[in-house]
Amino acid sequence: MRSLTRSLTVSPGLTIGLLMVMVWVVTAAFAPWVAPHEPTAMGVGPQTAAPSWGYWFGTDQYGRDILSRVIYGGRYVLAIAPASTLLGLILGTLIGLLAAYGRGWLDEVIMRLLDAIMAFPIVVLALLALTVLGSSTLNVILVIGLVFAPLIARTARSAALTEVRKEYVEAARLRGEGHWYVMVMEVAPNIRGPLMVEATIRLGYAVFTSATLGFLGLGVQPPAPDWGVMVSSSRSLLTTAPWAVLAPALAIAAVVIGFSLIADGLRDREQQ
Amino acid sequence: MLRYTLRRLGMLGVTLLVASVLIFLITAVLPGDIGRIILGPFAEESAVRALNESLGLNDPLVWRYFDWIAGVLQGDWGQSMSLNTPVLPLALERFSRSLALAALAVAMLLPLAIGAGVAAGRRPGGPLDRVLSVVGLGLGAMPEFVTGVLLIVVLGLGLDWFPVQATTPADGSVWAVIHGLMLPALCLVLLLFAYLFRMTRSGMLSALEADYTRTARLKGLPERLVLRRHVLRNALLPTVTVMGAQLGWLVGGLVVVESLFRYPGIGSLLHNAATNKDIPLLAGCTLLVTAVFSLANLAADLVYALLNPRVRDALAD
Amino acid sequence: MTTPLLTFNALSIAFRRRGEWRTAVRDVSLSVQPGETVGLVGESGCGKSTLAMAGLGYLPDNARILAGEISLTGESLATMSPARLQQRRGDTIAAVYQNPATALNPALTIGRQISEIFEYQKGLTARAAMTAAKAMLEQVRIANPEQLLRAYPYQISGGMQQRVVIAMALAGEPDLLVLDEPTTALDASIQADVLALFDDLRRDLGVAMLLISHDLGVVRAVCDRAAVMYAGEIVETAPVSELFAQPKHPYTASLIDCIPTGHTHWSHERLASIPGYPPALGERGAGCAFAPRCPVARAACQQQPVALAWLNNSHASRCLFPEDTAAPGGNRPPATPGRPAGERVLESDDLVVGYKGVRVLDGVTLDVRAGETLALVGESGSGKSTLARALTGLTVPDAGSVRLDGTALPGAQRKRVQSTRRALQMVFQSPENTLNASHRIGPALGRAIRELGGLGYRAARALVPERLAQVALEADTANRRPAQLSGGQRQRVAIARAFAGDPKAVILDEPTSALDVSVQAAVLDLLIDLQQRRGTAYLFISHDLAVVRYIADRVAVLFLGRIMEVGPVERIFSGVRHPYTAELLAAIPDWAQDHPSTQAAPVMTGARDRPTGCPYASRCAYVMPQCANEPPPVREPAPGQQIHCHLPINELPGSLYE
Repeated sequence: MRSLTRSLTVSPGLTIGLLMVMVWVVTAAFAPWVAPHEPTAMGVGPQTAAPSWGYWFGTDQYGRDILSRVIYGGRYVLAIAPASTLLGLILGTLIGLLAAYGRGWLDEVIMRLLDAIMAFPIVVLALLALTVLGSSTLNVILVIGLVFAPLIARTARSAALTEVRKEYVEAARLRGEGHWYVMVMEVAPNIRGPLMVEATIRLGYAVFTSATLGFLGLGVQPPAPDWGVMVSSSRSLLTTAPWAVLAPALAIAAVVIGFSLIADGLRDREQQ
Repeated sequence: MLRYTLRRLGMLGVTLLVASVLIFLITAVLPGDIGRIILGPFAEESAVRALNESLGLNDPLVWRYFDWIAGVLQGDWGQSMSLNTPVLPLALERFSRSLALAALAVAMLLPLAIGAGVAAGRRPGGPLDRVLSVVGLGLGAMPEFVTGVLLIVVLGLGLDWFPVQATTPADGSVWAVIHGLMLPALCLVLLLFAYLFRMTRSGMLSALEADYTRTARLKGLPERLVLRRHVLRNALLPTVTVMGAQLGWLVGGLVVVESLFRYPGIGSLLHNAATNKDIPLLAGCTLLVTAVFSLANLAADLVYALLNPRVRDALAD
Repeated sequence: MTTPLLTFNALSIAFRRRGEWRTAVRDVSLSVQPGETVGLVGESGCGKSTLAMAGLGYLPDNARILAGEISLTGESLATMSPARLQQRRGDTIAAVYQNPATALNPALTIGRQISEIFEYQKGLTARAAMTAAKAMLEQVRIANPEQLLRAYPYQISGGMQQRVVIAMALAGEPDLLVLDEPTTALDASIQADVLALFDDLRRDLGVAMLLISHDLGVVRAVCDRAAVMYAGEIVETAPVSELFAQPKHPYTASLIDCIPTGHTHWSHERLASIPGYPPALGERGAGCAFAPRCPVARAACQQQPVALAWLNNSHASRCLFPEDTAAPGGNRPPATPGRPAGERVLESDDLVVGYKGVRVLDGVTLDVRAGETLALVGESGSGKSTLARALTGLTVPDAGSVRLDGTALPGAQRKRVQSTRRALQMVFQSPENTLNASHRIGPALGRAIRELGGLGYRAARALVPERLAQVALEADTANRRPAQLSGGQRQRVAIARAFAGDPKAVILDEPTSALDVSVQAAVLDLLIDLQQRRGTAYLFISHDLAVVRYIADRVAVLFLGRIMEVGPVERIFSGVRHPYTAELLAAIPDWAQDHPSTQAAPVMTGARDRPTGCPYASRCAYVMPQCANEPPPVREPAPGQQIHCHLPINELPGSLYE
């Protein structure tokens, strides 16, 4: 805890990033109390009204309150991004550890498989999988988690490769510890740092990717107030009501910047 | 170098083989009862079975894969369901348009991102570094559909500098083509700038701190020579390694950007195929994009090996 | 009087760490005259490398000169313009670094890296510069420079890389070379060769040198004059012969007594040890920095700073009572006789390990007895560590067997039983990696006691303080993490871990090679005490022959995976020996002479082109026609000594008839 407070004071970027993300987490968690209106209720105000004291972020073409939609929209992004990242982190760490610890042919086979998965551009693979599986929040989480797993596995493997060569691993083998004990209790704690950084970077990309899928109509489905969906469905209003596009767009940018700042801060702390 | 190239080509073959199996599994096995999908929920069970039989769907999986991949290798990429035309010629035609767009984007991206990274990494913590880092952070956080929308509003509708619908006049000059593609290309540049900039910057930082840079300075070489010969070459290595992977983001960006600017490239074709659940077209486009992306990765690796003698030797054994 | 090439005048340098300025170098005055070789010795963290970089005008951004001045031939660095400094680098002053592998640019050929100096400093054309580069490589005694010019740094050996760095340093014809631990990363025989090269350069070119080293032996062999540093200060400076014969600072005297002489076994003469640890950067008391550890400190020493005082015109000491300093050997505790060796505990029989088609171990047969230390020596790449791994089962041998107490063990570690693991343990080389950085010492040691001692969780944890005490660590070490311990403390924990189940045999793989000499002496002492109390058999792997002479009862010499010679330590060091052993011994600086022998550079042969006969044949000074093809016979000049060589006993090196 002391080290956390110290790193907060030492690294202003980390503090700002945490604050930016926390604002969205808190408002999304307490959305029913914070948001002034129902996010999907039409005609709560005039159509395409400019931002005002009554409607801070204005209204869209159906007279829905954009502030409320943005606040509720955070619920999708902040559920999808951490859930998919966690899935990718668990899978990727296990695969990476197995490859690094197993070495030899096991490593070779795993890495070739991961290479093949990484040969697909991420959005294209997600597009393919979601088309076949059908769009649902759960599927979006699964697909993003699965396409992230190889990337995280690669980080886990390279971090673990330097660790498994260290002498404490041999000392553990010399006292008869089993493979799982060595992997989970000896090696895993020492690759925690790079994995945390990688996971935070992936969180930002998960926000990005889920918004993109929403925009392409393959993620969360309208009229749900997902940020990507909101940009997509309001883009015809660009000239008349730019706030309808800008508000969700800036929300995405704010969360991604928040996660990047946290990742940078963590990386700096790692390198000290 | 030849042995390295051959080895790397072999790895490419394995990658493509596994990738094709994956595409096959996702498109041919995951959806379940193809006959039922084609004929709809009200068709007779016997008709569905007959169709499945005639499509060869009851054969063993391995057999079906070989059947499919043999067709692919002979140029038979199936028939698009929504457009009712053979997949391969369509995909190739659209692909060539995307290539023009991507080429323009990369041609603008590389000098911009690398130049900015070198300039910022030269004096870390200096004013230029701070400004560029903040710009990079902001750009890196904007999805391409957001920057695209902003570009349309400002440069397209506001200033009226470029057309908002990407066009390639058939008989236009090169400049006309570039002018027509400028907005989507800029959008791709903004998407990829942040990461390449950051890699170049951190490459500069570690090369400037390296022992060999100290050696070069203490040899009494002039600073510009130290930078050009000793720092830059090593600083750009990490940038080259991530270049291949960045092309994957470029392809993802194409899907969004082409849809946004209504440009008939492979990206918008993929998007349409997904929206219309046109699985043969989707499989074909994915296969093509994956193959090209893998080739680009191969090219990046070869450039890396050319710049780094050590990799060349290590992988040749 | 001539102007000194480099002068430090009352120099103090501080580093910024966590927002605080901590003094790393304090009140240092030192100068190097033209043609002179000055040594700067001290243990890690004493500030010697900081001083070297300051002399080159290349301090890191987080360093600041607090006081004092540095000048190059009378010209102050502080007032020098960047362009002028750049001009003087290479021209007046040049440097050679500790780690040649990172000092060379990995992406450029050797030729390019040397020739560019000629191009830009002397304005030569590319062609002429390349010719000059070739001549430079010849000057540092490289046999085929043409080939080397086209090579990349990673393609050549460490010794070669260091020669290239030296050639680069000499290219600008500097008056002064700053050598920062130039041989630390090199093998002993290559070190001897590079030191000999420095000797030649000094004689032929008259270049002055400032040699920074932790190795007193190297400084003694090379330098005219030396300064000893402790906690950022110069504590003593004197001509080398006087410094070693009559040290006038207790730190110097203690340090000298910590170094194994290479002439005696511990049962005849024990090494000194220095109690405690040097102060951390910027944390020291008001008085003499060494006072808390000093054997002759008095109350006055702690009270106020001590100045460097001249005892005669060439010898200065930063001590209030220089005459109290013990004479060399005076800090060494009395020796005690060792116990006799017992039964055979650990044996290997015709052990073979291959890697990528090469035999890394080629039929190694050895045995270690209870209470005895068998040292295993050889240069890097000889297979020493592979043997350790094969004996412990970390590497599965391709042929041959390992026996413990006469029972053959399965090759793979996984297939061995827990009682075997308990009885056969290992201590590793690197203090950085031997402990898991994420685990506190207490739980880590407790786990080892539990697994190897066959105890329950609570019983094992209860034993931790006692086991820490056995390796002279305090009980609160249990709550610490490895990062909070010094290298020596970590190695002690590793030793306690290996002894957790009361082993019969312990393999020690270079356990002290990464430690400072004073710490090394204490760790060696600990190992000897443990062995004497428990009768443990040691297989002690080392490249340092002076350490081997001190700790070993018997020695086995390994070359390219084959045993060249086995015998009692005193026979190997003073009797008839294998030609390869003779080469190793000749490489010890200050071995029986003041300067290292300037012998022909040994030609390195890779493991690949190993002949069917003696593997040493291609490098052997005594080579005969049959050596290449016939396996050498075993010569037995004395009981227990076996030499694998074609030479008859009376023609072997060290023989009276030689």
